[in-house]
Amino acid sequence: MSIVFKKETFRDDFTFRNSPSTIKRFPFPFHEDKYMYSVNMEPHVSAGPEDHPYNKLIDVDEHFVSEMEDRAKVLKEDPLRYQALPHMMTAQWDTLELLMEQQALGYPEHFSLTKAGDKWHWINKPMGIDQHFIFGDASTLPFEPMEYITRQAQGDFCIVDQRDNQLWMDAGMVTTQADWSLDFDLGMNFMEWHGPVPLAHQIGVFDRALKFLLNMQLGKPVRRLNWTMTINPRLDTSPENYHKWGTDRATVTPKNVGDKVHLRCELQSLWRLPRSNAILFVIRCYLLKMEELVTVPKWARRFHRVLRDLPPELIDYKGLTRFRPTTVEWLSKYDDGKATSSGIYPD
Amino acid sequence: MTVNTEMPVRVTHITKVADAVKRFRFQRVDGQPMPVFSGGAHVVVSMRDNGILRRNPYSLMSSPANRSAFEISVLRVEKSRGGSVFLHDKLKVGDQLVVSQPVNLFPYDHRGKKHIFFAGGIGITPFMAMMDQMSLENQAFELHYAVRTRSHGAYWKDLVDRYGAHRVKIYCDSEKLFIPTADLIANQPLGTHLYVCGPKGMIDGVMKQARLDGWPSQNLHSEEFLAPPPGEPFIIKLAKSNKTLEVHSHQSILEAVEAAGIDAPYMCRGGACGQCETNVVACSGSIEHHDIFLEPADKAAGKKIMICVSRINGADITLDL
Repeated sequence: MSIVFKKETFRDDFTFRNSPSTIKRFPFPFHEDKYMYSVNMEPHVSAGPEDHPYNKLIDVDEHFVSEMEDRAKVLKEDPLRYQALPHMMTAQWDTLELLMEQQALGYPEHFSLTKAGDKWHWINKPMGIDQHFIFGDASTLPFEPMEYITRQAQGDFCIVDQRDNQLWMDAGMVTTQADWSLDFDLGMNFMEWHGPVPLAHQIGVFDRALKFLLNMQLGKPVRRLNWTMTINPRLDTSPENYHKWGTDRATVTPKNVGDKVHLRCELQSLWRLPRSNAILFVIRCYLLKMEELVTVPKWARRFHRVLRDLPPELIDYKGLTRFRPTTVEWLSKYDDGKATSSGIYPD
Repeated sequence: MTVNTEMPVRVTHITKVADAVKRFRFQRVDGQPMPVFSGGAHVVVSMRDNGILRRNPYSLMSSPANRSAFEISVLRVEKSRGGSVFLHDKLKVGDQLVVSQPVNLFPYDHRGKKHIFFAGGIGITPFMAMMDQMSLENQAFELHYAVRTRSHGAYWKDLVDRYGAHRVKIYCDSEKLFIPTADLIANQPLGTHLYVCGPKGMIDGVMKQARLDGWPSQNLHSEEFLAPPPGEPFIIKLAKSNKTLEVHSHQSILEAVEAAGIDAPYMCRGGACGQCETNVVACSGSIEHHDIFLEPADKAAGKKIMICVSRINGADITLDL
């Protein structure tokens, strides 16, 4: 099935919208009516109802072209959103191969990859790209391999190197992030970059997660969902640009909740890379307006309850303090108190 | 949900490369390409030997970029549990086996300014794949390879031919040539990473010397595959599956559990990766920890056991399995 790519913006006039079929496929992150951190990782295998983002291991949707245009703008203003330390070149090629193969496999009508030894041919029709290059020779591409392919793949990407029983954030393309900075975290280890997260350390989440990730195997990627909320459909909510979006959080009123307030879900997948033994961390961001969310009655009831009962530490950490009461009040109109079915999918 | 990524393979070549060393070449039965791997990785080979399922880890020694086949080299060990004897004496070209996806517990540090390898005997195998990959990546390396006799040492001539005598040095016990470990370790440029694979005595000696010389532990890497050592038989009680099994003298707990049809997690089967860590509910005896994964405090506490290599000296142990 061919995707019709939308022309829209994630800044200034914010013309981003989800079409009705894209609302239904939103990776809603709550499987029950409450939320707390857990090591909620599961095998990243094809799953879910038809067209759900879990169907394809690297998901492409109607926002692809516009998201890539937004990424190009972010990089033009701030080239440090992409960085890779010199020892990550092998891992960069691993990443390029993985993303090209998965996009071509999942969407043959839009992407194709042909290999003849190390002579590769990549076609990305939605962006009008047709590239011949030599795998392993960075001089045959217009950018370094990771930057090249992550300018053509939705989501943020970090490559973590594995050394000394630790994981190190040594390369990344980060332009659609929930308020964290690659430039700040580059070179940090797993415990360092998760330092600010409240509550989770105390219950041992990160010790267990690190142990799990160090033993990740080839051919067995894993995934988890994470979430926050964003005012206006802005992909680039970075610390670097806090002055541009931080004040948006004071603009929410009972009248504009439906259009302005977004549930922001991250479909995170982790992949062991073959040549480098590094791990690719994909953080794919999906946005859903409150007025879109309430078109699915189960999600409307559930999200109202989750947001209403959220632990105070999480409210602060996720930056929801200013607009949460208004949003809970608005959502309450869509919660008739009925029981919800378990699981994340719409009924 | 468990995802099974094991690959049925067919033996396409068996080559004798030295006294007691054979090389085995495997291709996938389904005709698909082999996965790419990183130098230093191993696979677990599953074989049916007279009704007994054996699963042994072997380092991949073929070129990591070669998608057509995997190759391992195996030393025939007479007084062992039987895996190497089965491969040497019974396995024939055309036979089928199952191999796991590659796992790398001995990766090289890509930041290294230089890599120096110490290999003893069959410990050469992971370095063959590493050097192949490093030469493609233009990494600086040198190999110091100790063999008992020229005819015992596998591949030494090929390696000298391929990488040059300036990068590959051979030391032959029978010629009274030994690796000048202390001199080498004392004279490496800053940023060098050291890797050692071979007999336990060699690994301990090289690591001790490097630590004495003040090398940072992050620059020291070793790989030792521990075969599960034999011992007296004992009883295991599995609390979750509610079963009682006997572990024979030449069997590991993991093998006994698998033979009973119970799925237990594992990866390296050599006491190194930590995947098979199991909680001990009770033990009427003392645990003989043979792994190199658990911290000394954990070993002393006796609440955890690595079931791929460790066993007990006593009557029975109850496990959270």
